[in-house]
Amino acid sequence: MRTRQYWQQIWALARKDLLLEFRTREAISVMLMYSLVIIVVFAFAFKPSRKTTLAIFPGLLWLGSFFAGFLGLVRTFQGEKENDCLLGLLLAPVGRTAIYFGKVLANFILMVLVELLVLPLFFVFFNYHLRGPVLHLLAAVLLGIFGFVAVETFLLALLGNLRAGEALLPLLLFPLVVPVVIAAVQLTAGILAGEPAGLSDWWKLLVAYDIIFLAVPLIFFD
Amino acid sequence: MIRVENLRKRIGNKDVLKDVNFILERGSFTVVVGPNGAGKTTLLKILALLTRPSSGRVLINGVAVGPETAALRRQIGVVGHNSFLYAGLTAVENLSFYGQMYGLERIPGRVVEAVRQVGLLHALHEPVRTFSRGMLQRLAIARAILHDPALLLLDEPYTGLDREAEETLNRLLQSWKEEGRTIFLITHKYADGLSLADRFMVLVKGRVAYAEAVEGLGAEDFRGLCLAGGEGA
Repeated sequence: MRTRQYWQQIWALARKDLLLEFRTREAISVMLMYSLVIIVVFAFAFKPSRKTTLAIFPGLLWLGSFFAGFLGLVRTFQGEKENDCLLGLLLAPVGRTAIYFGKVLANFILMVLVELLVLPLFFVFFNYHLRGPVLHLLAAVLLGIFGFVAVETFLLALLGNLRAGEALLPLLLFPLVVPVVIAAVQLTAGILAGEPAGLSDWWKLLVAYDIIFLAVPLIFFD
Repeated sequence: MIRVENLRKRIGNKDVLKDVNFILERGSFTVVVGPNGAGKTTLLKILALLTRPSSGRVLINGVAVGPETAALRRQIGVVGHNSFLYAGLTAVENLSFYGQMYGLERIPGRVVEAVRQVGLLHALHEPVRTFSRGMLQRLAIARAILHDPALLLLDEPYTGLDREAEETLNRLLQSWKEEGRTIFLITHKYADGLSLADRFMVLVKGRVAYAEAVEGLGAEDFRGLCLAGGEGA
């Protein structure tokens, strides 16, 4: 019963954040605009030949996603500061981890939605035809996004009350997210090249990192 | 019953609360006054389980409050300086959300009833960002009573209310008192809620300077106690 209520609270928190986001479209517009700028700039900067595309495509794809995510999710806890809403949540019988996982879930859904819109554009603008299995690519995208969202949301929660929090965020985020970036890029490159075999170490690294950043907040926030 | 024993709260190198002792009987109505910086809000935060005392303890129905007693939050309703409401959501969305946070059943019915009590039924589906200060305060009161708490902690609840809303609040306080809820009302104006209160407490520089029954005290006595505590009426 308690577990069910815990999950219900996480979903209610995420749904509330998504509802607020869909009304203001603050994060989504930033993420979409940034991704589009990346696509257009690089599509015109490089001649989209098969060889160039193969070399730069995986890196560009994740460059766009991660920087768009960084800029879009940075205001994750801003909504809770208005009218002291975070205090209102802490007054309720809600675990701090439920609040954190609610934020992670909302941010994950948001980034996945943006990625679903942007990913086909990457293929169109770079005239790229996927050779590898689509499901593998989707799995890599979902795991990569989850790892990034988990790390950024964790840092935002930790740094939220610090005066220099916003300045510290990129300094801490980029070193921490490097394993996710490398694993995601390597996986994407392997899948797009039509060589999904031999990627098991990168899969393991990405999954392990995601699990670690699911577990660490349990220790910190409870 | 709530028993506060030898409570002390140190923030930085300053004792915000020192040696605070009192008992809130079930169904009692206590008005707490004191000048700015007396420690009123810190005391309320400790009773609301938002912050822990540096030493001493709070017992609710004989159970010492600690991290493992978070479930006690279900018994507490708080009206604070801020509304704790999301400006981008409507009144009904805000209260439904908090209803889920408290794990309530029959949420739609409870929301309508709470909003009806504070006289905001006409604004049920309006975004909170369009609310006046008084409407926001009334919705904050609805949020605080949504889960039917046994203990109500109110920090300056009259702030921003017009005369009509003040009367609504007084009527609500009266009905909560009749229902047997324990009420702890913090104010800087002793007249607020005093006609309904049965205990009067003056907090000065983190200490309880006076705590007695209201009965038998005249208006001049209250004025004298408040002025002695450094607070005008």
